[in-house]
Amino acid sequence: MVQVVVGLVVGAVLGVLDGLTAWFTPAARPMLMGIVMGSTIKGLIAGLLIGLFARKVNRMGPTLIFGAVVGALLALGVALMQHGYYLEIILPGTLVGLITGYATMRYARGPEPLPGTGGARS
Amino acid sequence: MTVLDDRAVERLQQALREPDLEGTGYRLVGLLGRGGMGSVYEVEELALRRRLALKISDVPGDDVERRLRREAEVLATLEHPGVVPVHSVGTLADGRAYYAMKRVEGTRLDAASVRARALTERLRIFLKLAETVAFAHARGILHRDLKPQNVMLGPFGEVLVLDWGLAKRLGAAGAEGVDGGVVRSGDTGAGATLGTPGYMAPEQAQGVPAADDPRADVYSLGALLRFLVESPGTTGTSPAPVRAIVARAMAESRGERYPDVPALAADVERYLAGEAVTALPEGPWARMVRLARRHRIALFLVLAYLVARAILFLVGQR
Repeated sequence: MVQVVVGLVVGAVLGVLDGLTAWFTPAARPMLMGIVMGSTIKGLIAGLLIGLFARKVNRMGPTLIFGAVVGALLALGVALMQHGYYLEIILPGTLVGLITGYATMRYARGPEPLPGTGGARS
Repeated sequence: MTVLDDRAVERLQQALREPDLEGTGYRLVGLLGRGGMGSVYEVEELALRRRLALKISDVPGDDVERRLRREAEVLATLEHPGVVPVHSVGTLADGRAYYAMKRVEGTRLDAASVRARALTERLRIFLKLAETVAFAHARGILHRDLKPQNVMLGPFGEVLVLDWGLAKRLGAAGAEGVDGGVVRSGDTGAGATLGTPGYMAPEQAQGVPAADDPRADVYSLGALLRFLVESPGTTGTSPAPVRAIVARAMAESRGERYPDVPALAADVERYLAGEAVTALPEGPWARMVRLARRHRIALFLVLAYLVARAILFLVGQR
C-alpha cells in the first residue's frame, strides 16, 4: 500500500511542477490553470499505475521501464489532444514517469517477503 | 640397542598422542589442529555416520578437564547460528576430557580473499559477527579473545565465532580465584595475560579485574573492524565515518567507547544505509555531500528532467 501512496504523491507533485513549467511559454500562460490541473491528473494516474505495478513486481528495473512507458503513453494522449507539441510533452512526461517509478521503489517500503519465498509475492 | 632417527621418534610421539576413542562412539579420522589446552580431531560419529570435530585435552587432570567442560558449557549456552553447536562432553579411557562439536568448514577471516571483498560486504560480515557477540553478551557471556583467527566464514555466508576458551560469564569475577570464572585455553598459563595483543582492550591487557564488561569485546570488535577495512589487501582506503567508528570502538578509555555491541553495530548499519554515524559529528557541507551521495540517482533523474526542459525551452524560443 505504501508504494501506491508514494506513487500517487510523487506523481501529483511532479504533475503540478511539470504543469507549472508551461509558464515559461508565454503563449501557454493564459491556459496555465488548465494545464496544471491536467498535468496533475495525469501525474496521479501515472503514480497510481506505477505504484500498483511496483507493489506487484517489487523490482527496480521493471518499475523504471514501466514508469517511463506509462509516462510516455499518458503524455502521448495529451499531445494527441493538443494536436501538436509531441516532443515538448512526451519527453518530459517520460522523464516524470521514470522519476515516479524510481521514487516509488526507492522511497517506499515494499511488501514484506513471505517466509521461504525468497522475496517472491503471491 | 637400536637407535631411532628423529622422524621415527616423531611418528612414535604422534602415535602416542593419538587419542583412544574406544567406547566413545566415535572413530578417529584425523587431526584438525592443535592448541595450547588441547587438540581438535575430525571424527566420525558411528551411530549417525557423520563427521564431527572432537576437542580433547592434551593432558589428563581435574583443572584441564574442568576448563574444557566449562568451554563446552559456554558453547552449549549459546544456541546461535554464529556459534558452533556442541553435541556431547565426556572423558576418554585415559582420563582426558573431550567435547564433540559440529565440524565446520570455511575460510578464516584473516585469509586474504576475505579482505579483497567489497567494503559493504566486509561490513555485513562484521555485522553478523557483532550480532553473535551481542547475543553472547545478552546471555551474560564475554568472548574476550575476538580476533581474525577466531572467526570463520562458511561457504554459504555463515559467520562463526570460534574458540570460546577465554570466555567468561559476566559477574563471575572473584568466583574462582585470580581469574575468577575464566575458561582459559592452554595457550595461557596461570597469571598470564588473557587475550591477544592488538585485539585486547587496554584494561584487559593490564589485568584490571573490572575490565570484564562488554566494552572489552567492543574494543576487540573495533580492532576486527579495523582489520577488515584497513588491512593490506583491502580494496581502497576506508571512508572517514568507518574510521571514526573504529576509533570510537577502540578508544583507550572505556567510557569513550560504544556502551555495548548493539550500539556499535547500529553505527555500522547507519553507515551502510547512508546515514550519519554517531562516531563522526558532521557539518552542513558534509551532511549535504552525504545526502547528495545517498540520493544521487534521484538527483540525476531530476537534473535530466531539468536539462530536457531547458533544451526544449531554448529550442522553442528560436
